[in-house]
Amino acid sequence: MLGRTANGIFWLFRYLERAENTVRLLDAGFRMALTRNVATSEEEWRSVIVTIGQRKAYEAKNGTYAGIQVFNWILRDRNNAESVLRMVESARTNARMVRAGLTREVWEAINETWMRLSDALARPVRETNLGDVLDLVRRQSTQVRGAMDGTMLRNEIYNFARLGKFIERADNTARILDVKYYVLLPAVSYVGSSLDNAQWDNVLRSVSAERAYRWLNAGRMDPRSIAEFLILDGRFPRSLAFCYSKISSNLASLARDYGNSMPCHVMLAQCEALVREGRIDEIFETGLHEFIGGFIARNQALAAQVQRDYRFTE
Amino acid sequence: MHAADGGIHPAYAEYCNWFGQQDRNVLRRKAGEAERTFRRTGITFNVYGESDAEERLIPFDMIPRIITAHQWRKLERGIEQRVRALNAFLHDLYHRQEIVRAGRLPERLLRGNDAFLPQMVGFTPPGGVYTHIVGIDLVRTGEDDFMVLEDNARTPSGVSYMLENRETMMAMFPELFTHVRVREVSDYPRRLARSLAACAPPAAAGHNPVVAVLTPGIYNSAYFEHAFLADQMGAELVEGSDLRVENGRIAMRTTRGYQPVDVLYRRVDDEWLDPLTFRHNSVLGPSGIMDIYRAGGITLANAPGTGIADDKAIYSFMPDIVEFYTGEKPLLHNVQTWRCAEPDSLAYVLDHLAELVVKEVHGSGGYGMLIGPTSSRKEIEAFRAKLKAKPANYIAQPTLALSTVPTFARAGLAPRHVDLRPFVLVSPKGIEITPGGLTRVALKKGSLVVNSSQGGGTKDSWVLDD
Repeated sequence: MLGRTANGIFWLFRYLERAENTVRLLDAGFRMALTRNVATSEEEWRSVIVTIGQRKAYEAKNGTYAGIQVFNWILRDRNNAESVLRMVESARTNARMVRAGLTREVWEAINETWMRLSDALARPVRETNLGDVLDLVRRQSTQVRGAMDGTMLRNEIYNFARLGKFIERADNTARILDVKYYVLLPAVSYVGSSLDNAQWDNVLRSVSAERAYRWLNAGRMDPRSIAEFLILDGRFPRSLAFCYSKISSNLASLARDYGNSMPCHVMLAQCEALVREGRIDEIFETGLHEFIGGFIARNQALAAQVQRDYRFTE
Repeated sequence: MHAADGGIHPAYAEYCNWFGQQDRNVLRRKAGEAERTFRRTGITFNVYGESDAEERLIPFDMIPRIITAHQWRKLERGIEQRVRALNAFLHDLYHRQEIVRAGRLPERLLRGNDAFLPQMVGFTPPGGVYTHIVGIDLVRTGEDDFMVLEDNARTPSGVSYMLENRETMMAMFPELFTHVRVREVSDYPRRLARSLAACAPPAAAGHNPVVAVLTPGIYNSAYFEHAFLADQMGAELVEGSDLRVENGRIAMRTTRGYQPVDVLYRRVDDEWLDPLTFRHNSVLGPSGIMDIYRAGGITLANAPGTGIADDKAIYSFMPDIVEFYTGEKPLLHNVQTWRCAEPDSLAYVLDHLAELVVKEVHGSGGYGMLIGPTSSRKEIEAFRAKLKAKPANYIAQPTLALSTVPTFARAGLAPRHVDLRPFVLVSPKGIEITPGGLTRVALKKGSLVVNSSQGGGTKDSWVLDD
């Protein structure tokens, strides 16, 4: 396949994944804001903006952190080059570029996502229909996933798609943790208070993990096991460990297919060890923030190496 | 749908029967469904010169254009003859120019004509094929009579609409296809792939030729078609930036390294093909491709320089050209054409501007033309000035020739003007014509312009089986 096609496929799925994760984050922020007074709810919206790395861009164009302003900025603002709408547009542009590498069903699911979202975001979003918009993105993402799963050949194209998706997902989960890590740090005065519980719950909600976590932890809510769950639990599909088990199997499949390993395969081993063999006590000893920072950097370096090894660009 | 005597045209008999039993409201709803299908599947085009990257649909009319088996057989013979002549003509133009020496074609038509490429002189493309893919634009002028309106030897487009229109019709009205026997068009991509592979260059000897489609990119108006054909042929869809010269071949950058391309179905115009040879600022084609081409390292389809055959002044000589190279009387006629370069013709055209269609000889896409009967006095006078200033730049044709077929309009069925572009594949193994083609329809009442860039639509084109 063409290097440019591999690049297009890789980014198509990175953009889709990022759009979906942004929506999950918005959903958690919205819920949190509803249960807070104005001051703390603005604080919550600010943290959503910080998590997606847009504080500078947002503050350059907006004066306050009012909810309606924040979610319109994130979803559709023309001045925001990384709005959800723009991400879905970019995904769809990439899909057009690599059209011949996708099945008709996958292409139509992506194209339809873009068509519906453009319609839904043609006018400013209000609190009354925010839920519908967020729901639309989640449903459409599910549709793309289903079409991928049911119709795509398990070949190199599929592997590059999955690499894009899980590298992006690992990055997103790590960033959410990074912004919220202070919530998870032991702070004597707040331990056991209801505020803590709500904030911890919010960390889980940001990656749609609240239900899965409760299932596995039977009502126990403490920072250490939340962090452990999101970093190390290979059963949860948005955890770092899960993402890396997928990245590892897709890279292995490429190596088999091409008959040789690449520098990215060596690099993979290092990233994977972090989340496969890591122990939560050690992570807290070195510092959660330091751990996550190191992970994000290695994850990015791996993405760059994959792009070099498979000649994504000249 | 109606014959000259007012009865149902035999081609439409069975269809008419079916149509009479349909509920108009259901049909109207189906038309809306078809549009949504086109949008969802992304069968859209971008309009040049529009700032917002808005994608448009080419309107689809669900009443098929029907051609009888008898009409088609006659057409097929005429098209085959014309395409054979076109290839012989192009070979001659870039070699001894016998036709000019024989005094059958004025030399002035070649001199200073941008479509004539000096780089092609003395070179014979692999397999001797110049026009691998040709679209011949036809209009029906009598019961079984078709005339050629235009030859498209450069890069005919629209074949994806021929294929998708049929798919759409079969999805909308499956029962119709059990009543009426319509000849298949769906194997066009397979034939195209086979035909291109048969024109592989010397460098491809000993292996299955690697075919790729070269597109200017996703913002090109025909991008959908480029992607569609690559997909259907199982070929890579490449852009200029994917290609470079490697070991005397043109190679594409794959995830496994650079891989040579044997046959390039290029949808990039001559002037953008090679920055070393043509426009220096082009990024649409790889530097050095013309040298590799001339050295037998790659096949370009269509060959560079074939656009000279699309020239409308050359067109007016096609009857002579066909006779000169085939030794036969032309089976397909041209629409009567006045060459404004000739003083008598110019005088006639100037006197009859209000009745004629006047076209630029190098123009395409329906731009730069005057349609006398639908133009205002002011427009005609403005055109008259342009014509007088540069008469050799124009030809004129009568407007009466375009036939109409029934089309689904708001008030029911209404006659609209159409043309027909069958697609022809040429390889050393022979000439193949897909039964059908692209029917373009001028959707505006009375309009004669069928170009999609100017409000034209398309129809499914049926060739009936015996």
